[in-house]
Amino acid sequence: MELVCPAGSLPALKAAVDNGANAVYLGFKDSTNARQFKGLNFNDKRAAEGIEYAHKNGARVFCAINTFPQPQGWKTWTAAVDRAATLGIDAMILADMGLLDYAASRYPQIDRHLSVQGSATSYEALRFYKDNFGIRRAVLPRVLSLDQIRGLAKHSPVELEVFAFGSLCIMAEGRCYLSSYITDESPNTRGACSPAKAVRWQETSQGLESRLNGILIDRYGKGESAGYPTLCKGRFEVEGSVYHAIEEPVSLNTIDLLPQLQELGISAVKIEGRQRSPAYIADVARTWRQALDRLENSAAEFAVDPAWNATLAGLSEGGLTTIGAYHRKWK
Amino acid sequence: MLKLSLGPVLWFWSRQTVFDFYANAAEWPVDTVYLGETVCARRRELKLADWLEIAGVLKDAGKQVVLSTQTLIESEADLRLLRRICSQQDYLIEANDQSALQLASTNNLPFVTGPGLNIYNVATLKVLAKRGLKGWSLPVELGRETLIELIAELKAEGLDLPAEVFAWGFLPLAWSSRCFTARYYNLPKDNCEFRCLQHPDGLELRSREAQELFRLNGTSTLSGARYDLLRELPDMVAMGVDTVRLSPEHQGMAEVVQRFDQVRRGEIPYSDPLTVREAPPCNGYWYGQPGMDQRA
Repeated sequence: MELVCPAGSLPALKAAVDNGANAVYLGFKDSTNARQFKGLNFNDKRAAEGIEYAHKNGARVFCAINTFPQPQGWKTWTAAVDRAATLGIDAMILADMGLLDYAASRYPQIDRHLSVQGSATSYEALRFYKDNFGIRRAVLPRVLSLDQIRGLAKHSPVELEVFAFGSLCIMAEGRCYLSSYITDESPNTRGACSPAKAVRWQETSQGLESRLNGILIDRYGKGESAGYPTLCKGRFEVEGSVYHAIEEPVSLNTIDLLPQLQELGISAVKIEGRQRSPAYIADVARTWRQALDRLENSAAEFAVDPAWNATLAGLSEGGLTTIGAYHRKWK
Repeated sequence: MLKLSLGPVLWFWSRQTVFDFYANAAEWPVDTVYLGETVCARRRELKLADWLEIAGVLKDAGKQVVLSTQTLIESEADLRLLRRICSQQDYLIEANDQSALQLASTNNLPFVTGPGLNIYNVATLKVLAKRGLKGWSLPVELGRETLIELIAELKAEGLDLPAEVFAWGFLPLAWSSRCFTARYYNLPKDNCEFRCLQHPDGLELRSREAQELFRLNGTSTLSGARYDLLRELPDMVAMGVDTVRLSPEHQGMAEVVQRFDQVRRGEIPYSDPLTVREAPPCNGYWYGQPGMDQRA
C-alpha cells in the first residue's frame, strides 16, 4: 500500500518524502483546493522545487484541485489544471464534474484521482466517475464502515485510497454546507471549513469562549483543553442537554486496521493535514512508514507497536483517536 | 408561469401521516411533487409500492411526479432499491448522488438533479445533459448572482435545462452515515428505535446562548432558520427560474403553498409576511452571505 502524505509547504513536502511517503499531495495558493489557509500551499516556483525534490527521491506528487468552481471562477480553476499539467504533476485530485471533464479532455495522459470531495460512496458512483472521466483512483469518504468498504472494493473499477490518520469529517465530504451557513465560506466554494477569519477567542467570567462569526461554538472550563472551533465539533444544546451534539473533537487513526485494508485491496492510505507543521508531518510519515514496512514483511504477524499509537495520539486533537466509521459501532 | 414544486419529505413521518399529507397535496396548486425517502435507509414506513401508489394519485390529479433517490448510498441494499427506482419507466428520477446518475443514465432514463448534487458550473451541466439531464436544482449554498451567470451561460450554449431553486423550508445542509438523533438518545444507529418519528420537524440544536443553529434530522443536518425566498419570486421570474421548491412541513403547508401561488400569480403583494409556525427566517445564501443571515 502506498503512503500518501500532505504537504502544505516545501519543508513539509521534504519532511514527508524524507520520512517515507510514497506520494505527497499539495495545492496552489488560492481557493482551488480544499485547504485554503493563510501562509499555506504552493506557488508555481515552490511547486516545481517540490516536484523535483520528490521525483529525485522516488516519490510522486499529486495536486489537489478539489473545490467547486462557479462561473466567475471557472478560468482560475481551469488555469490551475493547466498549471499542474505544465509543472509535471503525477496526478490531479479533482472533485467537480465539469473540471474532471476539462482535465480528461485536455490532459488524458495525466492520472485523475477522484477527491474525497467527489463524495463517491458506492461502486456505482465510482463507475460513473470512471466511465465519464476515466479516473484511475478514488479517495473514499470517511463516513464508510469497513464492511461498506469491503463491499465497495469488491466491485470497484478503480484503485481506492482511504483516509488513515488526521482530522475526521463526520459528514459526507463535498456535500456539507454547514460552514457556509454560519460563515460565508465552505469547503466547496472556498476550500475552507470554519475559516480562521471568522474565529474569535474570548476570555470571559464563564470561561474561554470560541466563536465562529459571532456564534458560540464552545466554552471551556478551567483545565479543559480548547480546540479549534470547527463548527461540527462544538458543544451545543439539544432539548436542555449540552454536549458534543454532532461530533467529539477526536482524530482518525486506523493503524490497527492496516492488515484488513491491505486484504481488501486498498491501494493507498492517506494522511490528512496540509495545515500541519513539517515536524508533525515527519513524525506521522515515519510512524506510518514503519507500520507499512512491517505489514509488507509479514502481514500475518503484523502487530501494532505501542510506540506508534503513543506517537500518533500525542499528535492528535485532544490526544484522542478513533477508528471512526471503520468500526460500525461508532455510529 | 413560474412552477411550484413540493420537495421530498426530509423528515420521518408515519405511514399514515405521509398518505394524508399527499392526499391533501393532490389538491394544492403545485406543479411538481418529489416523492421518496432521501435521508435514511432505515426509514421504511413506506415501501416503493406505497410511493408508487401515491405517485399514481398525484399523477391523476395532474401533478408531475418525480421519484427522488437517497442522498447517501452506502450499502448493497441501498443500491438494490436504487436499481428498482431506476428501472421503472413511468416517472422522472431526481438523482441525488452519482450512483443514481450512473444507474439512470445507463438505463437511458431521463433525470433531474436535487440540491444535494454539486452543480456549480455549466461544464458540469453539459456533461450531465449528454447523459439525460432534463433539469437541475441549484445547490442551497449558491445564490442569485451565480444563478444569473449559470442561466446566461446555458442560454449561450443553447441548452434548455430548467433551473429549480429551493425557496422555502429548513435547508438540507449535510449528510452523514452517523445518526445525530440516535446520538441524542444514546442509541446505536442500528438500533435507533426510529426515534425520528417523535420529531416530525427535527430536533432543535441551539448554541449555549439559545441561538437556533441547526435541526438534527437523523443522519441529516438542516438549517435552524427557515429559508424563505417568497419576496424574491418576481426577481426569479425575471431571471428565468423555472421552478421554486417548497420543502414539506407537517403543519401549515397548505397555507405556504397557497401564499406562494398567490404571489406567483401577482394576486397579493409579495411583501405580505407569511405567518407560519415559530422559526427564525433566513435568506443569506441568496445574497452571497452566510446562509443563516436574514437580509431585511
